[in-house]
Formats: sequence, C-alpha cells, structure tokens
Amino acid sequence: MLELEHLSKTYADGTRALSDINLSVRQAEIVSLIGGSGCGKTTLLRLIAGLDRSSAGAIRLDGELLSGPHPSVGIVFQEPRLLPWLSVFENIAFGLEHLGANERKARVEHALDKIGLSEHAKRWPRDLSGGQQQRVAIARAFVTNPTVLLLDEPFSALDAFTRASLHEHLLGLWEETRPTVVLVTHDVQEAVTLADRAVVMQPKPGRIFDELSLTLSRPRDKTGLAFENSVRRVLTALDHSLNPSQQQPQRERDRQAAALWW
Amino acid sequence: MTGNATSHAWSSQQGAAALAAPSLAEKRRAFDWRILLGFLLPIAVALLWEAAVRFGLAQGRLVPPPSRIFAALWSLAETGELWTHVWTTLWRVLTGFIIGAVTGIVFGALSGSGETVRRLLDPTLQALRAIPSIAWVPLFILWLGIFEASKVALIAVGVFFPVYLGIAGAILSVDRKLVEVGHVFRLSRFKLAKRILLPAVLPEAVIALRSGLGLGFMFVVAAEFMGASEGLGYLLVDGQQMGKPDQILAAIIAFALLGKLADSLLVLLTKPLVRWQDTVRERL
Ligand SMILES: Nc1ncnc2c1ncn2[C@@H]1O[C@H](COP(=O)(O)OP(=O)(O)O)[C@@H](O)[C@H]1O
Ligand SMILES: [Mg+2]
Repeated sequence: MLELEHLSKTYADGTRALSDINLSVRQAEIVSLIGGSGCGKTTLLRLIAGLDRSSAGAIRLDGELLSGPHPSVGIVFQEPRLLPWLSVFENIAFGLEHLGANERKARVEHALDKIGLSEHAKRWPRDLSGGQQQRVAIARAFVTNPTVLLLDEPFSALDAFTRASLHEHLLGLWEETRPTVVLVTHDVQEAVTLADRAVVMQPKPGRIFDELSLTLSRPRDKTGLAFENSVRRVLTALDHSLNPSQQQPQRERDRQAAALWW
Repeated sequence: MTGNATSHAWSSQQGAAALAAPSLAEKRRAFDWRILLGFLLPIAVALLWEAAVRFGLAQGRLVPPPSRIFAALWSLAETGELWTHVWTTLWRVLTGFIIGAVTGIVFGALSGSGETVRRLLDPTLQALRAIPSIAWVPLFILWLGIFEASKVALIAVGVFFPVYLGIAGAILSVDRKLVEVGHVFRLSRFKLAKRILLPAVLPEAVIALRSGLGLGFMFVVAAEFMGASEGLGYLLVDGQQMGKPDQILAAIIAFALLGKLADSLLVLLTKPLVRWQDTVRERL
C-alpha cells in the first residue's frame, strides 16, 4: 500500500507544483494520473521516487516512511535514459550489481525475452529505435522486482502502433510480480487501457480533481461498449477539471447524484 | 490474419537488416580513394618548385626544393643524428605530457567534483592560465637550471591547462538525467563516479588529452629554443645559425610526422574506451 498524505511541493522559485495531495494505492493496483501539462504529475512521481523533497506531507510504503530513493520503488522516465556506454544487456542489469552473476544473467535474459529484444542484447542503445529503447528502460526498472513502479508518460513520444504493443509488454511484465503501478499519462485511451483507477489532476496549484474507478475485466477489449463508456467518463471529468468557472471540484459521484435528483 | 501480417513484417524487417549489415561492413572495408585528393595540392606545389629550381627559374637557396630537403633528412637519418634528436624531443614531450596530463586530470576532477572545491581552485588556475606560458621560461631556468627539468616543466604547464579545462568542463556538463538514474539505483558517491561520471566524461577527456598533446609539441619547440644541444628544436636553431634552410625544413617535416604519429597513437590507445560513441568524432 502506497500512501500519500497531505503532500505539497513548492519549488524554490515559489511555484506551487503540488498542494495537499492525498492518495492511497493498493498493492498491485494500477493507477493512472491524468491531466494537462503543468499539473504537477512529474513532480509527484519525483517525490515518490525520492529524487526531490516534498515541502510538506508524507509518503508511506507499507507503513514505512519514504525519504529518498528506495529499493522497492522503481521509475521509468519520459525519456529512456539508457546509459549509452552500456549494451542493452548491461543497461537492464544496471540495478542488479548486488546479485550473483548467474542470477543477474537469468533475470536479464528473462526480461529481454519478455520485451522481445533477446537478439539485441549485445547492441548499443543508440542502435535501437525509440520504442525499443523505452522497452529496455521498462525492463531495467522491472528486473529489480520493485513493489511500486512509477512511469512518467513513458509512451508519449511514440506512435500509436508502438504504443499499443508497449502496453502489452508492460502488462506482460506486470502480470509476473504484480507491483503497484502509478502511470502518468495525458492519453485517456492509455489510462483506460491500463489502469484500475484514473486520478484526474488540476493545475495551479497541482491537486487532485477527481478519481474514477475503471472496473473493466482484463484483457480489455478496446472496441467494446464498456471501454467506450469509461473513456467518455474520464473525458467528462477532464472537461470539468478544465472548466475555470468550476469553483469547487465537482466529483463524478456528485454529478451523478444531481442527475438522479432531477 | 493480423498475427500473420505482423510476423511477416517482422521477418521482412530482419531480412532488410541482414541485407544492410554486410553492405555497411563492406563500405567500411573499401578504401575511399577520395582521400588521395588531399595530397594533390602539396604534391603539385612541390613538383612545380622542384621543376622551377631544376630549370634555373629560381635559385632555391632560401627555399630549397623537395629533393634537397629529403637529401638533408636522409643524411641526418643515415648518420643516426636524426634519431638522437627525435628521441630527445619525444622523451621531453612524453615526460612533460604525462606530468601535465596527470595533474590536469587530478585538478580537473577536483574542480568538477563539487561547487566549493571549484570556487576554491578555479579562480587561481584561471588567473595562471592568463599568463602566456612562455613567460615562465626565465623563472623555470632560474629555478630548475637550463637542462631537462626546466624544459619538461614548460611542456607540462602547456599540457596542464587544456587537460584541466577539458576534464572540469566535461564533469560539469554530464547529463543530470543520467546522474539521476544513478540516484534511483542508490549508488554511493564512489559508485556514481565510477559507473556514471567516469564513462560519461571519457570522450571529452580524450579530446582534452589530444589538445594537450598538441600543445606539448608546440611547447617542446619553445623549450628547445632556450638553449639545447639536442632535439628537433635544436636542429631548427642550428639550421638558422648555420644558414641551412634544408635542415630547418627537414626538422619541420619530422615534427609534423612525429606530432601526427603521437596523436594517432593516443587515438588508437583510447579507442576501446569510447567505442560506444557515435563515430562522427573519430574522423577529427
Ligand atoms: N525544478 C523546477 N523548478 C521550478 N518549477 C518547476 C520545476 N519543475 C517543475 N516546475 C513547475 O511545477 C509545475 C508542475 O510541473 P510538472 O510536475 O513538470 O508538471 P507535469 O508533469 O504535470 O506537466 C509547472 O508549473 C512547472 O513549471
Ligand atoms: Mg511531466
């Protein structure tokens, strides 16, 4: 269980990137953070990953207070950030230095197999396509078996076909150890494809506007009515979050209640 | 159906890759004859000058024709004199280069390692850099005598600054995003330096060493001007005093060959360290 309690972040220049974020994510749950740019999504992930310090509030993982990078928390950045002087194999093995050579090799080869890049193990990152590089980055985060995996718009730079295949690779890896996943995206389809819950954020200061649970069975049929419905629900919530006349966050629950009453 | 189509797309992609791979290797192996174009101009000028002197159009006393330069080079080589001079010069450059490069790397690493250290070191070193290195000569001679020590010291000073600046700059410009990858995997300071900073600065470090070596060759000439009895620089001074322009040009050619050879050797030795890089820079 990942818990964020009254989390706030104000940057040195006075930007209020996050204000009073409260969120708890169950073990093995996939939550997607969705919202326009500047909502503080990246900031939130960097706080959880321990790369920045929060101004106020606390982050707990299974009750343990997180302060700084934690071995059970992995992150995949928006860019692959592979080390150009290491081969694909060595990049994936980067976080496994503490393991014996055999165990390391076994884990990396399994991951390579999972992401379909076994025959590229010895190549340099620069010889891979963008989608392949991002797959390597995801594998690098997965092989350490994190209990929480953070993904910051990992597919945003890719075309739709590559993105769809990467969704499958991601779910394939997730199935094995079922970590908690926090996925940042600005793509509603992507959120509905992957997540159990969508958290809609609002900017200035960054805060949570609404949460919608997406209880579709997996694997998800993207052409089905239920899927369409969920997409529409998230879009509606996003619409409301963007509407400046909306003083109070009006949650989906309240809107439904209002609709019933009428 | 779709599975079939994708697998077909895959195999055709791999087929294309298999076709592309050998042609790339062939390209690398095949000799590019256009390289020879670069030799055309100097050879033409040399032949023209040779002809002009042969046919009495020019005297060639102050600017000797190529044949006379090579004759001078040959006779120097035959007597073994040339090799003594070459070895002396090489020894001076190498010693000065090693001293200058090692101190440059150490100070560069210190200055790049932290804000406080940099504020402490850098202003002084920058101020020292503003002094033209040749200005140190009288002081070095007073301190170290007129023999080897003062020459090596001058060369070391010349090598030090480009190496220092290159290393410090390279460390400062390491991509913060890659350093963060190290933080995510909780590397210690030492491990971070070893696994991320060091490999990241290697390409620029090699370039810094190369410009250091180039300056080393520049300063060995200056050092040998200040009273030497051996070395290619001595051949230059001797040629001037004895009125032997062919000897001067022979020494200049020896310097050019030696400098290029040393640089190529450095590139060769450091190549395994930077193999991962895109190859554009290798042509420099
Ligand atoms: N290092 C920083 N210093 C100051 N302001 C920042 C910094 N990083 C982000 N911000 C600001 O914080 C806000 C949220 O940024 P970010 O978390 O990157 O949003 P998102 O990822 O949702 O697009 C933005 O207004 C941005 O300008
Ligand atoms: Mg962002």
